[in-house]
Amino acid sequence: MKVKVLSRNPDDYVRETQYDIQRVPRNYDPSLHPFEVPREYARALNATKLERVFAKPFLASLDGHRDGVHCLAKHRTSLSTLLSGSCDGQVKVWNLTERDVCALSKHTKDLCVEIVVRFCGTSFFTVGDDKTIKQWKMEAPAYGEEEEPLNTILGKTVFTGLDHHQKEGVFATCGQQVDIWDEQRSSPIRSFTWGVDSFSSVRFNPVETELLASCGSDRSVVLYDMRESTPLRKVIMKMRTNTVCWNPMEAYYFTSANEDYNLYTYDMRHLDKPVMVHMDHVSAVLDVDYSPTGREFVSASFDKTIRIFPKNAGHSREVYHTKRMQHVICVKWSSDNKYVLSGSDEMNIRLWKANAAEKLGVLSPRERQATNYNQKLKEKFQYHPQIRRIARHRHLPKNIYHQAKELRVMKAARHRKESNVRKHSKPGTVPLVAEKEKHVVTVVK
Amino acid sequence: DFDSLNERHTLPSSEKRTFDHWPTQEDPFPGPAPIPVNRLQKFKRKEKMLNKPRGRKVRLRDMITRSEEASKMAQKQAARFDLLLPEDAGFLEGDEGEDTCTISQQDIADAVDITSGTKYFNLKLSQFGPYHVDYSKTGRHLLLGGRRGHVACIDWPSKELMCEINVMESVNDVKWLHSEDMFAVAQKKWLYIYDSNGIELHCIRKFNDVLRMTFLPYHFLLATASATSFLQYLDVSVGKEVAAFSTKTGRLDVMCQNPHNAIVHLGHHNGTVTLWSPNQKEALVKMLCHQGGVRSVAVDKTGTYMVTSGMDKKLKVYDIRAFKPFKSYFLPAGASCLSLSQRGLLSAATGDVVQVYRDVWSTPVNKPYMAHRTRGAVWGLHFCPFEDVLGIGHGDGFTSILVPGAGEPNFDGLDANPYRSTKQRQEWEVKALLEKIQPELISLNPTDLGEVDQVSFKQRHQERVEALGFDPLEKEKFVPKYKKKGRSSAGGIERRKKQVAHEDQRDEIRKTVEDKMKMEKEQKEREKKKAALFVNKSALDRFKK
Repeated sequence: MKVKVLSRNPDDYVRETQYDIQRVPRNYDPSLHPFEVPREYARALNATKLERVFAKPFLASLDGHRDGVHCLAKHRTSLSTLLSGSCDGQVKVWNLTERDVCALSKHTKDLCVEIVVRFCGTSFFTVGDDKTIKQWKMEAPAYGEEEEPLNTILGKTVFTGLDHHQKEGVFATCGQQVDIWDEQRSSPIRSFTWGVDSFSSVRFNPVETELLASCGSDRSVVLYDMRESTPLRKVIMKMRTNTVCWNPMEAYYFTSANEDYNLYTYDMRHLDKPVMVHMDHVSAVLDVDYSPTGREFVSASFDKTIRIFPKNAGHSREVYHTKRMQHVICVKWSSDNKYVLSGSDEMNIRLWKANAAEKLGVLSPRERQATNYNQKLKEKFQYHPQIRRIARHRHLPKNIYHQAKELRVMKAARHRKESNVRKHSKPGTVPLVAEKEKHVVTVVK
Repeated sequence: DFDSLNERHTLPSSEKRTFDHWPTQEDPFPGPAPIPVNRLQKFKRKEKMLNKPRGRKVRLRDMITRSEEASKMAQKQAARFDLLLPEDAGFLEGDEGEDTCTISQQDIADAVDITSGTKYFNLKLSQFGPYHVDYSKTGRHLLLGGRRGHVACIDWPSKELMCEINVMESVNDVKWLHSEDMFAVAQKKWLYIYDSNGIELHCIRKFNDVLRMTFLPYHFLLATASATSFLQYLDVSVGKEVAAFSTKTGRLDVMCQNPHNAIVHLGHHNGTVTLWSPNQKEALVKMLCHQGGVRSVAVDKTGTYMVTSGMDKKLKVYDIRAFKPFKSYFLPAGASCLSLSQRGLLSAATGDVVQVYRDVWSTPVNKPYMAHRTRGAVWGLHFCPFEDVLGIGHGDGFTSILVPGAGEPNFDGLDANPYRSTKQRQEWEVKALLEKIQPELISLNPTDLGEVDQVSFKQRHQERVEALGFDPLEKEKFVPKYKKKGRSSAGGIERRKKQVAHEDQRDEIRKTVEDKMKMEKEQKEREKKKAALFVNKSALDRFKK
């Protein structure tokens, strides 16, 4: 007879010495691992709950400004440098790793409207209420030296916005009209006007570097091409846009932060209808900035919160608020996709994590594997009601919660009235208008 | 090839050498190594979706395609890893003309190596009555419970005695809980839980007259069947009774669990087998299996086949997924105990003879694979999880026999590891408790959670009505506004009500008329189509009257 009985050699299954790691033989046969789906569901539930437990996004507050922070600027090549300008004309250069100031320069006695760093990173431009454009060195002045701008350009009218080209020595300002300046000239090389008496902000497209967008006071967003002599086209909305931000990954998408508590993502080629309407704020949206991946953006609003929206979703995935943070004027997403910086009118700049429950620093391979697995589990089971309920839950300050409820009731009432009117009138006289089309008045070429 | 290589050597060094001169050979086996189909099939979870959402739902279609590709890749990788499994299953083949069932245990023990030979042993315990047997999930620890109160737990490969107590009462059943730390003993009156050192931890008086127990490892539930026809579930991690059902079917002493979906199978004296889950008060399924009483039930680990034996001396195999009878065998003396091994070997005990059958469901079986006679009447049978060993508890003690090919050769170190250290066991216990499945999820199909919930609108509406107490979509009854200054008289109110009622009636009539018109139109079109087909049959039809 031929016989073989299972006999395992313990030397193959038990570790040799105390200083070795344990041996773990694996067998992925599904019959040895029953209840795959319910066990994964239990793990997904635990992962979601733990995410809420570890969701502590606030990292640090940078204080030192003596008036509200009006503008923030990212350094083009250095991740740890941040520039901020306040309402009393003070411009500070911060080192984020030490959370301390490394240089302090004074613009004027007036409001510092906008700062932008030149593409090479060695100097930056500021623009203020005193009709001047100043260019400064990035390094702190040496001992005994006075802080003086490298270059000063005097303009005829007040400037309200500034942005620098991605690659060339060209920058654009806006005030009463949109001007394109060359760094070596003291008068603009081109000016764009379109019957609007003031513009609030101007932005260069990071991908298609010759395109610009600006927000006008006639509730419009105007698009320009630097190479042409006249503006391209403009879209007029129901309420005024405060700021515009281009998607750094998709050349033709930009998001506008509007006064009617919403943000609108437009496709530059089809301005008649926004691609997405992002609704969640309960007061005017003041600033918007995209993440470097182009998949999400952060918005700062007059209701003292900042919200993070996915680019193709109508509602926010995250809301950050603190009792001490008052109206948030400006917001920036750091270039390494990990942090969000917000400047508010109570003189503080706050540093937040972009993913609230993320563990910062170097993770060991096992930690990374566990994080990836948990992330995938949460994604897989995100639509199950119990898990969705826990993942969506965010604490909101009482006034924002009540305000949001009120807005919902108002919206429902409007919707109900419209459908009643449609029901009781001749079929066809009251057409169904999609939500997206409701907010655009007209597109002018 | 060598000629061109030699050529290269003789070339002057000033000439440029290009890679064109290198010999080119074609790969005789291009592409990745092929995987045998049956191994790929083993890891397949679900068939590809046939009718994906079409049209505008691009994102959903993309997501489904991408997830299918990912699962295909996972399937291939798992199938490739199968090659690296260290052990092979055991086997027993007789010589020409020799029947495997005539080979004695002593011969097998002499033919194999010493360690395997020690796995065949006999414990002579004739004082304390027939013994119940249970192996722990890893297969390392053995629990013996004698009818007259002797309870012992042993680390059987090393023959180390962990504890030995006499509970001074009759013992109906013994069962290991989730690890080798605790076990449950169903004594004469109540249920007791002991530590592996023999210390009594709990005496649970709610569970009385327990005859049989089974432990659901991934739910941490101990299911008990009592003499008073109660089926009770105890959550051993929290210590609470999860559910208790009065089955009203008499004394329950035949019980087993389906390891695939954690459903409890109970066998009754009228030949029926009922399936229970802790979420429903009545049995999920009632199957009539035998003409007499059911003596024993066993379910295989994939949850496909159920083997039952009855008083009518028949051994029947059922397909549990479709609830259909599969095979039926006649045993001359019936089988009092059944046990299924991890690799599908069935052991059936009659009196003091234990027979092991191979492949009960694939090929028709006419003779046993192995047989063994014990000294007393067999009381309990249990295959050891990852070993080729069958444990028999009988009237004269305990015997452990060698059954080559019974155990799963490759265990998974993260699930049930017989060679785990204390630290590994502690870590495993914490993870298992975190992943504990709630009893609400026990159902006949364990993959229910992964299916798309396609509850119809009607059912959702019904649930909402039940939850709210009223119907939110129902039209509100019209209550006319009470007008002031005497403008609201009874007649006026009735007039207003009638107006609205007439409007509603008009709406309804309009709707029914519209529906009728639509139906008539459809009917006409259908007839037209039919007639059109007829017309096209022949050109001479136009001359017909």
